[in-house]
Amino acid sequence: MMKPDMFLIIIGMSLVTQLPRVLPLVVLTRISLPPLVVRWLKQIPIAVLSALLLPSLLISEGAVNLSLYNKALIAAIPCIILAVKTKNLFLTVLTGIVFSALLQIVL
Amino acid sequence: MKNELIKGWKAAVPVALGYLPIGLAFGILAAQQGMTAADVFFMSLLVYAGSAQFIAAAMIASGAAAAAIIFTTFLVNLRHLLMSASLAPFLKHLSTPVLSLISLGITDETYAAGYPEASAGKVSARFYLGLNSLSQASWIASTVIGCLLGGGISSPEKWGLDFALPAMFIGLLFMQMKSRKDIIVALAGGSLSLAFTFLLKDNFNIIAATVAAAFVGVCLDDEA
Repeated sequence: MMKPDMFLIIIGMSLVTQLPRVLPLVVLTRISLPPLVVRWLKQIPIAVLSALLLPSLLISEGAVNLSLYNKALIAAIPCIILAVKTKNLFLTVLTGIVFSALLQIVL
Repeated sequence: MKNELIKGWKAAVPVALGYLPIGLAFGILAAQQGMTAADVFFMSLLVYAGSAQFIAAAMIASGAAAAAIIFTTFLVNLRHLLMSASLAPFLKHLSTPVLSLISLGITDETYAAGYPEASAGKVSARFYLGLNSLSQASWIASTVIGCLLGGGISSPEKWGLDFALPAMFIGLLFMQMKSRKDIIVALAGGSLSLAFTFLLKDNFNIIAATVAAAFVGVCLDDEA
């Protein structure tokens, strides 16, 4: 049986995580948005993907690491080239996994 | 109809692969912090948010108050608000119950993997059912297995799987960049997020950078 504390924590975490996921989609699909807002929303994917990605590639152990020993940064290079050239997501991910595994052995 | 479900599963493959090492790592950590497999199962089912779960496990172990853990979770996961909102213009043809179900499955990864399909127009509920079911199944299974194995397995990053999610973000980002404006928005989002990492806590670097970079994109729209 789950401890009462843990039950409360999980239910609370669930509520505060799910409401921001559900409310915008459910509410904003039912009203018509001003064109300016729609244009702003259309920039979100590229903006949020780059905001998630760049720190994850450049920061290791709390500091910016631009050296050749930054495995994520090095593994990113073939992925970027493949993504641009082939537009193939599966190939990009596979290359990333293989390169990252090789770098584990080499570095 | 069936094809749509399979299309969703296919879109979920990189997500599901990428969740394996992170899920295992979370499960191992959670076990070390005294969480049971049932705790982990329900957290992965009902919360389903990687970074928040890691932070929560550490806070639980340090004896933090429930209110503090819940509030931190709220802050860390608030970025989903932007993702959910940005899907709205494309999903107007779906019913409210379907939309609620789809949005419960929004994570950084499923959002990125599903957006190209959604923005192409008239995405089906079955596509999202496929995408979300396989992705969350992978998260639940890997976290619970990690918890059951505890410290008994060696570091999963040896398999290179730790790079599956960054590689997926790279793929999806570079496939969506089609114009000079897109490149500038990406550079703005990335560099602002990097700079804000050192100024803002709880993933607010991502929220602030996304909001600002999207404004940059709107301004450049006007020029074109």
